[in-house]
Amino acid sequence: MELRSTNIRHQSPFKDLDWFTVVLYLLLVIGGVISIYAASYNFDKASIFDFSEFSGKQIYWIGLSLVLGFMILLIEERLYETYAYPIYIAILILLLVTIFIAPNRKGSHSWLVFGPVSLQPAEFAKFATALALAKLFGGYNFNLNAKASNYLKALCIIFLPIVLILAQHETGSALVYLGLLFVLYREGMSGLVLLAMTMAVAIFVVTIKYTEHTTLSIPDGEFVVYIILMVAMISMLIFYSKTLTVARNILVGFISASILIWMLGCLGIHVNGTYFFMTLIGAATVYILIELMHTRIMRLAAIIAMTVMTIGFMYSVNYVFSSVLQPHQQQRIKVSLGIENDPLRAGYNVNQSKIAIGSGGLTGKGFLMGTQTKLKYVPEQHTDFIFCTIGEEEGFIGTTATMLLFVILILRIIHIAERQPTTFGRVYAYCVASYLIVHFCINIGMVIGLCPVIGIPLPFFSYGGSSLWGFTFLIFILLRIDASRRLHH
Amino acid sequence: MRKDYKLEKRKYVIAAFLIIIATIYAFRLYNLQIRDTRYKDFADNNAFFKKTIYPSRGLIFDRNGELIVFNEPAYDVMMIPRDVEPFDTLDFCNTVSLTREQFDKRLDDMRHAPGYSTYTPQVLLTHLSVEDYGRLQEKLYRFPGFFIQKRILRQYNHLTAANVLGNIREVSPADIERDPYYSPGDYCGDLGVEKSYNDALRGQKGFEILVRDAHGRIQGRYEDGARDIPAISGRNLTLSLDYRLQEYAESLMVNKIGAVVAIQPKTGEILAMVSSPTYDPSKLSGRQRGANYRELVNDKFKPLFDRSLMGVYPPGSTFKPGQGLILLQEGIVNLSTAYPCYHGFVSGGLKVGCHGHGSPIPLKPALQTSCNAYFCWGFKSLVDNHRSKYGSAAEAFETWKRHLVSMGYGYPLGTDLPSEGRGFLPNAEFYNKIYGKNRWSANTIISVSIGQGEILATPLQIANVAATIANRGWFITPHAVKEIQDSTIAEKYTTRTYPTVDSKWYPEIAEGMRMAVLGGTCRLANLPDIAVAGKTGTAQNPHGRDHSAFIGFAPYDDPEIAVCVYVENAGFGAAFGVPIGSLIIEKYLKGKISPERQYIEDNMLNSNTIIYSGVKKH
Repeated sequence: MELRSTNIRHQSPFKDLDWFTVVLYLLLVIGGVISIYAASYNFDKASIFDFSEFSGKQIYWIGLSLVLGFMILLIEERLYETYAYPIYIAILILLLVTIFIAPNRKGSHSWLVFGPVSLQPAEFAKFATALALAKLFGGYNFNLNAKASNYLKALCIIFLPIVLILAQHETGSALVYLGLLFVLYREGMSGLVLLAMTMAVAIFVVTIKYTEHTTLSIPDGEFVVYIILMVAMISMLIFYSKTLTVARNILVGFISASILIWMLGCLGIHVNGTYFFMTLIGAATVYILIELMHTRIMRLAAIIAMTVMTIGFMYSVNYVFSSVLQPHQQQRIKVSLGIENDPLRAGYNVNQSKIAIGSGGLTGKGFLMGTQTKLKYVPEQHTDFIFCTIGEEEGFIGTTATMLLFVILILRIIHIAERQPTTFGRVYAYCVASYLIVHFCINIGMVIGLCPVIGIPLPFFSYGGSSLWGFTFLIFILLRIDASRRLHH
Repeated sequence: MRKDYKLEKRKYVIAAFLIIIATIYAFRLYNLQIRDTRYKDFADNNAFFKKTIYPSRGLIFDRNGELIVFNEPAYDVMMIPRDVEPFDTLDFCNTVSLTREQFDKRLDDMRHAPGYSTYTPQVLLTHLSVEDYGRLQEKLYRFPGFFIQKRILRQYNHLTAANVLGNIREVSPADIERDPYYSPGDYCGDLGVEKSYNDALRGQKGFEILVRDAHGRIQGRYEDGARDIPAISGRNLTLSLDYRLQEYAESLMVNKIGAVVAIQPKTGEILAMVSSPTYDPSKLSGRQRGANYRELVNDKFKPLFDRSLMGVYPPGSTFKPGQGLILLQEGIVNLSTAYPCYHGFVSGGLKVGCHGHGSPIPLKPALQTSCNAYFCWGFKSLVDNHRSKYGSAAEAFETWKRHLVSMGYGYPLGTDLPSEGRGFLPNAEFYNKIYGKNRWSANTIISVSIGQGEILATPLQIANVAATIANRGWFITPHAVKEIQDSTIAEKYTTRTYPTVDSKWYPEIAEGMRMAVLGGTCRLANLPDIAVAGKTGTAQNPHGRDHSAFIGFAPYDDPEIAVCVYVENAGFGAAFGVPIGSLIIEKYLKGKISPERQYIEDNMLNSNTIIYSGVKKH
């Protein structure tokens, strides 16, 4: 037994290495360095390998990443599981220390400076958090839904780095960790949580955006939210708690009340929408509560909770938006929701980035031919806005091909996750996939003007050693774990 | 390990989430990159700075090659508001000699001007002085977003012929909308040949395509200037005007209201064209243009209104040669037909007065003495007594009118100056409306036969009739521009037009006009060694004293000049029309005024008829 084990241990990690992922990784980093070269190209400098230029430095980072990746593959995979918590704790301490010793860079305290090199610990916290979460789930007989304290532990692991990174004023990087909710979902968390979050975003957008016109003397946004809530209540009564009678009664009540309001309106009596909806929804809630006490169907309680939370959320959105958010954050949100058009200040980046991408057309202007890029119209173009260089110079073909590479990589990682024999491996892989999904959605979304500008990089493409190394750790630890998947049968 | 297949299916939810987002993004990219084509222009507008190179505007010469209008460089301070960065306002104001208040005011005006955009060059200051220009040029690097645009200013060697030359003005938003060639701050011609020949004069703007970064810094020339478009200079114009004659005519018209038009009959070239009172053309050039323009607009004598071209006057007796032609052409009279004149035309209780002369009288002496009765009788005969020929008075009248139209009355002649007036010729329908169908006859409208009544004509039209008679039966549409550099003038300015009256009748009318000079109403025009033919006009008008008018041409046998003079409210034609007309003829043909006629010149130069105009100046 001992001997056999040793033999296997000596088996090369490259035998079962997922070369497909390695190739995707290489394609992405090479695409990245070419884009960085194009983004920082100007009229005098020419060499892609010039180390005083971003592209040259990025090549240097890529070289180190490959060495790093190779070393990661040589380390025994068990060590990652064994040392998951120590690594996690060490990184948390590093994050904490960073808050105090990091110099101020554009308001953020997230960079550790070592002479000419700066590192951002938040990027390395990604793989550490992933390892810790995987370790938790991989624990003996761990079941997320067994005890409430399990949720607490999982959320603790996720939220500790978020809090520390927020304290560094790196809101964007902190948001990425929310993507780990995908992992919790995969491991058994109710889909309602994701649904509720989607609802929350939808309510937020609708209440903020549609305030200009009113229906029944309340803003259109609120009106729509009430309608959505009523539809959601009835659908949940039908499909979730399967209490068809209750659903029918409430539906009849809603419809007859609406007809009444309409008739009153025709007679010239106008009812205030807030009273109307609150009365209706309040009556329905009381009715469901009574049913709950009679039938003891606990899912009705969830419906009541959903109703109360929705109303509460909607009323707090306006308050949070105007009182809690900073003016520049309000501005960014308004610009990305299309409420305000401000091409010179808050909307400048996005506007110029859209111009860069839009001017690329189908096939692009050609490598190094992008005028927006060359003339530095898009700030941060070699980092967070790197995608618009692709858009301008390689056109629609380039942007869709890049997106396709990312989608394939993420789907591949999901595939790898599901073939893991251990929960540890699967959860870790899902963490990697989740990070990538969040980065992909937010970064490209902001560059094409569909998301607010949240400063997070496009993995592998954006200039920066920390980001590249962070993702290299994530990918290569995954590859290492995956390479020994056959050992656990 | 326990495998939960129900939970494993959740991978599809996560994958579906990713794919849905990616699809939305792809759709967005499709819209941005393929469907919406505006972004390409946005990017080009960002990156390429099209620096306009203004061509020099064409020069204007007189018929003898004397330079009249030329260009002087002027400097405008332009700014692209988007590119302006915080700068030392006080320093800027000192450099361009402005106070802070003026600067703020100017900035405010600019922002509220129509067509304001933060992305395109806006005019901040116009016509910088040379010193200010020099100072600003040196400091310009301190004021990002500002640049100096070189333009041209019109300068005048001879301050004459403002009405013919016109001027240039900044284009209005309406101009920009009409003609995409223009951008704010450009200049275009206003009035005169500057307007009518604007397309030839302005040339073609050129562009230098410069590459500009996000901070507005010029990074160099795009493709080393391969795509630059050089400016093409405007074409020079040679006027048909003789600036000396023009100046002379203007001096004779000083303190008079009216117009002078002199035409070279053979070519239709306008030799002089005076509208009095006139103004200094240089007033409408440069920084003070706006104020001066307002002043001219508010001037009660309306100097901007070109009386020679747009002014409409009753032709009075200058109408009679044309009348004679029609009567001969229609066979109403022959050369020996004589009509009685008992101090006027008396018919059915109607009397049109006349002066003392023999009676009865045939056509030529009638022209010589400007007999009203003759032309009244002739007209009455045409309209009332030739029913068998025309069928009705209306048809007879229409025939009469058609001849007049062919001579150039009633419609713009089509000269090459803008806003030409058309005068007025009534038609039969006009009288049907007033008097009722078949309820009018020659007597009702008899005053039109002597160029009074409803008839109105511009001095240019009347001068053209004089030129036609001088040519004995044809004219070339009068025009003010003789040559366009590297181009040709319109065909109508080189082709003859024949009115409907047979050419054989013209020498007879010319002879009548010659007789008027030798022994009739125009005796003052009888020059010692030039044979002049002429016709006076004393036009009654509703504005006060009669207008004094004259048409004439000389030399009689081979006319070089035909002239029309109108002096408003100056009395008899012989009082001002004849002396001014004859002085212009003499000056043009001899270069100087003979000593024995010097007193006439002095008299005209010093006389003032403006006092009879009824216009109170202030």
